[in-house]
Amino acid sequence: MDFALDKKHEMERVLFKEFAEKEIKSLAQEVDVTETFPRVSVDKLAKYGFLGIPVPKDYGGQGCDPLTYTMCVEELAKVCGTTSVIVSAHTSLCIDPILTYGTEEQKKKYLPVLARGEKLGAFGLTEPGAGTDAQGQQTKAVLDGDEWVLNGSKCFITNGKEADVYIVIAVTGMIEKRGKKLKEISSFILEKGTPGFSFGTKEKKMGIRGSSTYELIFTDCRIPKKNLLGERGKGFNIAMHTLDGGRIGIAAQALGLAEGALDLTIKYVKERKQFGRSISQFQNTQFQLADMSTKVEAAQMLVYKAAMAKNSQKVYSVEAAKAKLYAAEVAMEVTTKAVQLHGGYGYIREYDVERMMRDAKITEIYEGTSEVQRMVISGNLLK
Amino acid sequence: MKIVVCVKQVPDTKGGIQFNPDGTLNRSAMLAIMNPDDKAGLEAALRLKDEYGAKVTVISMGLPKAIDVLREALAMGADKGILVTDRVLGGADTWATSQTLAAAIRNLEYDLIVTGRQAIDGDTAQVGPQISEHLGIPIISYAQNLKIDGNSVIVERQYEDRYHVVKAKMPCLITALSELNEPRYMTPGGIFDAYDAEITIWGRTDLKNLDDANIGLKGSPTKIAKASDKVRKGVGEQITLDPEAGAAYLLEKLKEKHII
Repeated sequence: MDFALDKKHEMERVLFKEFAEKEIKSLAQEVDVTETFPRVSVDKLAKYGFLGIPVPKDYGGQGCDPLTYTMCVEELAKVCGTTSVIVSAHTSLCIDPILTYGTEEQKKKYLPVLARGEKLGAFGLTEPGAGTDAQGQQTKAVLDGDEWVLNGSKCFITNGKEADVYIVIAVTGMIEKRGKKLKEISSFILEKGTPGFSFGTKEKKMGIRGSSTYELIFTDCRIPKKNLLGERGKGFNIAMHTLDGGRIGIAAQALGLAEGALDLTIKYVKERKQFGRSISQFQNTQFQLADMSTKVEAAQMLVYKAAMAKNSQKVYSVEAAKAKLYAAEVAMEVTTKAVQLHGGYGYIREYDVERMMRDAKITEIYEGTSEVQRMVISGNLLK
Repeated sequence: MKIVVCVKQVPDTKGGIQFNPDGTLNRSAMLAIMNPDDKAGLEAALRLKDEYGAKVTVISMGLPKAIDVLREALAMGADKGILVTDRVLGGADTWATSQTLAAAIRNLEYDLIVTGRQAIDGDTAQVGPQISEHLGIPIISYAQNLKIDGNSVIVERQYEDRYHVVKAKMPCLITALSELNEPRYMTPGGIFDAYDAEITIWGRTDLKNLDDANIGLKGSPTKIAKASDKVRKGVGEQITLDPEAGAAYLLEKLKEKHII
């Protein structure tokens, strides 16, 4: 068992780190304050192939493994939570289901443009009454000739108005399972500009404020029949499997936020003087840093383990749930401690840790709350 | 078009310089990177590849671990990497290094050779010009801009206060300044490919037309008496004038230096 990265992944790390520092970091504050989607950054990510890392070369991607993708999200999150989730939602929630469940025709049509970043992806599952409880879906799709007619809405959709290709989950009928009536759920590929597809209000958020979070509205929105993704009735499984992958991306985002906050705190406590000496000389500071660093490393192990499981296993729900649960909680704890160790300055907008703490909170909520992750993990223990 | 780019793995001097007690660089205590001027030279070659479909071969002489900079070059888009490494080549100064690299390049076909102006560890700016001398081809050093015109290259050669536009027939050698361009990033897939690619390794026996008297420590006429960090230039000229006179004085000086 070897815990060290191989040279190939070490070089990937060097690349992502340099790119994040030089190209992304300087925009992080502005993106947060002005709540602006960082289109310039997305164009740069596209130019260097960062929007198609795990996509095979045959489909215009970089042909790398999930660990490389995970490290990319991690390094971006160290400097900008917003940018990291743009990449994560695009890759894990839109590209991945097309790659896994798409027909050859769908793959050829959508993957190259998504992988090259010419188009951005998004995923619509959540509705006002259906977040964690996917059976609560209200959005309906009815087959009418060669088209599915979509009606309903989705909320809190990352990359909302900025995306071009959307994976949408909808109810396509009712089925009976073990004497119970259940909703038949299917998934679809939807393109921006389709008549009947519009956007609602933009959400104003606590953190990741540059990410474009919108409501998607479908009013007699007609989608070609061939845009059904996977088999009819398999939409719930597709959504759950997609979220397993998505959780690794969010876990990487949480990990990056924690690492970024820790790095800034180490620098700050060496410079900040109180009572005639740097606060790094106080044992409280030292012990806090020791705990933060230990937890960050433990989170990294779980996140990388989940990424490697995605590479080698068909099912990796538990690994992904553990990685996301732990990394998100570590991100919240470490960023909160980082603010505390920065004292009054930590509460001021000018200081990056203030933003990081706000960004960290969402990692405990989206793509399955921490409570849902505990349900997944314990469900596997008690089955 | 076939381009050979010479790159050197150097210690990153950004984090400060570490010396051994004998005055030589403590390379193991410093992070190893691709020499910045060489990286600009590689970028210039890659842009020619993008424009004209040139084939770019990257060559480095150094310890076995210098293979890392060749992989980096491949991950940026170079086609082939060659590492020249052998115990008998160790301890080489610029003379022995240029003799060795010239011998290696004689094994290759080329229209253009690009080296960096100088490496941040030795700061000699000698290896590029010496290679051209050994190969008997023209050289344009200190290139701040570069374009191709048929069988020739047109280069802006930088001076402290001006530049010359120089044209040379290929094959020729150019030494690149880091100001030449902003090198591209590697790509994630490029890195994966670079680790799948085979790097050619050449030892002493692969180098023909090379006299043993001109290689390694024994073939190096340079003797280091003392090494130290770069001495910064002085504070320059300091004057106190009111804003109007100050602006006029500044304009005069800029004109004098042909900057404006």
